[in-house]
Amino acid sequence: MLQARTKRNAPLGALLAIGLLALSAAPAWAKSVVFLSTQLRPLEEAQLLRSVILKGFTPGATVVPEVPPQLPIHMQADAKSGTHTISAVGALHGELEPLAGMGLLRPLDTLAASLKGRGIPAKLMRLGRLGTAHQMYIPWMQATYIMVANRKALPYLPPGAKLDSLSYAQFAQWAANIKAKTGRRALGFPAGPKGLMARFFEGYLYPSFTGGVVTPFRSPQAAQMWAYFAKLWKDVDPNSTNYGFMQEPLLAGSVWIAFDHVARVIDALKQHPHQFIAFPPPAGPKGRGYMPVIVGLAIAKDAPDPAGAAGLITWLTRPSVQIRTAQSVGFFPVVKAKLPADLPAGIRLEADAIAKTQAAPDALPTLLPVGLGNKDGDFNKVYMDTFQLIVLRHRKIMPVLDAEAKKLRRLMAQTKAPCWAPDVPSQGACPVN
Amino acid sequence: MRNERLMPYLLIAPSILFLAVFFAYPLVETITLAFRHHGGWSLHNFGTMAQDLNFRDSLVNTFGLVLVVVPLQLVLALAMALMLRPLRRGRDLVLWIWSIPLGISDLAAGLVWLSILTDRGYFNTILFHLGLIAHPQSWLTYETPGALFAAILITELWRATAIVFLILVAGLQLLPKEYAEAAEIFGASPWQRLTRITIPLLKPSIQSALILRTVLAFEMFATVLSLGGRNFPVLMSEAFNWQYNEQNAGVAACFAILVMLASLGATLFYLRAIRVRPEQLP
Repeated sequence: MLQARTKRNAPLGALLAIGLLALSAAPAWAKSVVFLSTQLRPLEEAQLLRSVILKGFTPGATVVPEVPPQLPIHMQADAKSGTHTISAVGALHGELEPLAGMGLLRPLDTLAASLKGRGIPAKLMRLGRLGTAHQMYIPWMQATYIMVANRKALPYLPPGAKLDSLSYAQFAQWAANIKAKTGRRALGFPAGPKGLMARFFEGYLYPSFTGGVVTPFRSPQAAQMWAYFAKLWKDVDPNSTNYGFMQEPLLAGSVWIAFDHVARVIDALKQHPHQFIAFPPPAGPKGRGYMPVIVGLAIAKDAPDPAGAAGLITWLTRPSVQIRTAQSVGFFPVVKAKLPADLPAGIRLEADAIAKTQAAPDALPTLLPVGLGNKDGDFNKVYMDTFQLIVLRHRKIMPVLDAEAKKLRRLMAQTKAPCWAPDVPSQGACPVN
Repeated sequence: MRNERLMPYLLIAPSILFLAVFFAYPLVETITLAFRHHGGWSLHNFGTMAQDLNFRDSLVNTFGLVLVVVPLQLVLALAMALMLRPLRRGRDLVLWIWSIPLGISDLAAGLVWLSILTDRGYFNTILFHLGLIAHPQSWLTYETPGALFAAILITELWRATAIVFLILVAGLQLLPKEYAEAAEIFGASPWQRLTRITIPLLKPSIQSALILRTVLAFEMFATVLSLGGRNFPVLMSEAFNWQYNEQNAGVAACFAILVMLASLGATLFYLRAIRVRPEQLP
């Protein structure tokens, strides 16, 4: 009997020993800073983040990718649990805003003061306050949305049109020319479930035609804009309602002209830099609207290693590391760092398009929505629903705008969000005229 | 003596506990999510759900799909099961091949058919080589809702008939052969044998297969999403959108409750319509 029991206990003992050994190995790994990031999630980009961008950072960072909808849930669960693991958070401006609203981030005023010499523009630092009195995130990198064209489409440009300074009218004529002469609808937009089409309306179309985003939502200029876009849609590839990343249809050749985030067209530009060209977005009657995207770094309120996280933020905002970031993943620096001349060809194309956009005389930067809390999804839905009803379902423009304006007014009243550029600043909630 | 009477309950207790924690509790939480708004009990979320521009389409699409797919699959599976019955050699091989779709996920099935039906997919390539089309035809866009519905229909038929088929095969195997043999001796035609003997005796299996398939059909999600994206809203894809894009768990819970009610309604319908009388069983 005793022999049988010891025979049964021997494998159990071995398992216990292995378990203890595994636990004892934990401390070495536990010293690194846990960095939860919604950006640079795709496998290649995450690898570049770990092996190239964070190379040389001591005591090392453990990058934990997280999908954007799960970020607030993950942060809340971490804060509510007994053991906190997350120290640093990297996410878009719109994703960090609800976290600050829920009290999950700690103020970074001292860190911001120490990074004053880096030359981060004051506008960006102000965005990092998220509407509060303290610095809630430090800008990490920036991106924007650009237009990409296959060189096959260039011969169809209307006469007198310059690629770097198109108007929306010339843009529509270009697409119509391609349809008339080749029979193909070669213009593509990321209007799929995972596409960023809402940003096209909020940052590009609305500001260019109406000079604002929220206030002129149902103005006569907005009605004209929707009529223009409904007409343009006749020359748009019908598969656009499936596209999430425009690099795929660009590479496949089904789309010749596309609008998308720089990170979602980079593959096409990298693989065939001589086949594609990136150019600034067109201009409307009120200017050349564009939307810069800011990615920020923050420290969790109950971070187990706030000093390590601050060190990580300092590392990632170093000019040399920012240049390394631009060269590897195509997100551009926020600090004063001159990009070297030997950038990879695809990134050079993007950098040129961005520089031309920012330097255009009629450039109209539109800020990301500020003060919407976790209602950013509802805000995007207003614009996407308007697009679906007017452009895809051919409803009458003004009744749809009136109905959606009601929803927008309710949203603004609920969140009490003040107007943001280029809307005229408001006292209290942003009005919808 | 007491132990013996308690024993069955003690044996079931772990699974009841499991179901209570991982099924009943989340169910109660979901119902709570749907009926709460800004801290109070209200029907606001249901109102939001009903007024959404995609709600009517998702209802029509889901019910339309279920009403077309399920009867077709029943007929197809029955035919397959009856064809399998007389096979001697190769029966196992045919059974295995017809069950292959069960082994792949519904997203994989959707992607397989996406690769066939997309603009530059196999279907268009074959049509092009046969000279039937001059340039790629779009079958899966919002401009061709009929073709999109047909594509989803074909994918679901391909993927999910195996479930119904296997249940019917198992049911057929249990039928005693005496009735059919007696009918043959008395001069009944094959069609009469099928409709008067086989199918009535198969009612319990048909009932289980229909209930299972209908409940799964109301939850159809990954195939529709991969083929149709935003062009073909169904109840589950709308629930997914409201949860992950709009971050509104309340409205997503409303859609989930709607699916649950539809499934319950269908189950009750089958239980009454295909009532199995004990005296009719073999």
